[in-house]
Amino acid sequence: MCLSVPGKVVEIQNNMAKVEVGGVLRDVSMDVCPDVAVGEYVLIHTGFAIQKLDEKEALETLDLLRRMAEIR
Amino acid sequence: MKFIDEFRNKEIAQGLIRRIFEISTRPIQLMEVCGTHTVSFFRYGIREMLPKHIRLLSGPGCPVCVTPNRDIDLAIALSRQKDMLLATFGDMMRVPGSTSSLQKEKAEGRNIRMVYSPLEALRMAKENSGKKVVFLAVGFETTSPAIALTLLQAHNEGIRNLYFLNSQKRVPPALRALLQSEKVQIDGFVLPGHVCAVIGREPFQFIAKEFKRPAVITGFEPLDLLQAVWMLVNQIEKEQAFVEIQYTRVVHDEGNPVAVSKMDQAFQQDGALWRGLGWIPESGCRLKDPFSSMDARQIDADVEPSREHPGCLCGEILQAVRTPPECPLFNTVCHPDHPVGPCMVSIEGACFTYFKFQMNPA
Repeated sequence: MCLSVPGKVVEIQNNMAKVEVGGVLRDVSMDVCPDVAVGEYVLIHTGFAIQKLDEKEALETLDLLRRMAEIR
Repeated sequence: MKFIDEFRNKEIAQGLIRRIFEISTRPIQLMEVCGTHTVSFFRYGIREMLPKHIRLLSGPGCPVCVTPNRDIDLAIALSRQKDMLLATFGDMMRVPGSTSSLQKEKAEGRNIRMVYSPLEALRMAKENSGKKVVFLAVGFETTSPAIALTLLQAHNEGIRNLYFLNSQKRVPPALRALLQSEKVQIDGFVLPGHVCAVIGREPFQFIAKEFKRPAVITGFEPLDLLQAVWMLVNQIEKEQAFVEIQYTRVVHDEGNPVAVSKMDQAFQQDGALWRGLGWIPESGCRLKDPFSSMDARQIDADVEPSREHPGCLCGEILQAVRTPPECPLFNTVCHPDHPVGPCMVSIEGACFTYFKFQMNPA
């Protein structure tokens, strides 16, 4: 039940955002993620954004994994 | 960056599996706490790819599965009352209570609705001002902010006909109870990434500090799981015990402080009854005093005495003392089409997951 999906914020009005998930726009409450800008990704759970996704950290993780796996 | 496909790369996965084989020398048991992790380990075939001596145990991390019969029976009793509308998440509908389920009650004409978000229950309350709307609130810390915000919004807007049948649970006290019980040897924990997205790392530090077990806060894609297993094996082989974060793109030490403050505004820590694990101090919460009039437990209801199905091993499966195939009801009396215990109902229940991926491999 803790399943949450990443989606891209395409529009924000007050505390609600339109977030794109797999080509579908969802209405998502941004109440606990107030510092997210259009174009950034959030993790959505039961209609609420619960955390912002950090692209820099994601790239660093992938870079580390590639080095661990010895893939250039 | 889509944050999904990148973490499903086959070549990197194969490389990580080689790294795990290189460093893993001893038999170990790792517990994936979260039902979503159990599904991911099966779905991506990772269980079969790991060294045979690494055993994965499913933990108590399915909120539907740990909801005790007592609360389901209460929800059923409330749904039978006049002018009552009961709302809950989809998985709760089919969970058998002592003698019925919400789905059966709905078929018999009770006003029971499935919702995706607690905000839908709030909307129902506004649209049905002549009725009482009860939201059966289950979930771990991932879901608590959504429930808290719905409650706070209803209170601010002066909505008086929305009630919460609160059966939320907190993960860290349950893990403490498991470690204290010593019924099963757990050498390391794959910790739930989305619970930690909300509450951060700190509430889990006791696993390393007090119980000297390593733990890794983990994401849900195949590369996340493989990296976490490598990190756990690495710690175990070096005889270290830290709580590490693998899921750094989502989880920060402090979690999401705004979400935590909303939870603190709405809820007070309290003991809670877990199916299988029993009563665990501080593992649940109740509505704080300003909101006590919204507590559905205050509504008078004629609740039947709770009883468990004889032979159902869900309680032991939730503690990882037994695995689903060891239950005599598994795939005989208990089947996804006619589940006896909650672990066979929830799409993230251990029994359902074993059934789906082991009995019917794709």
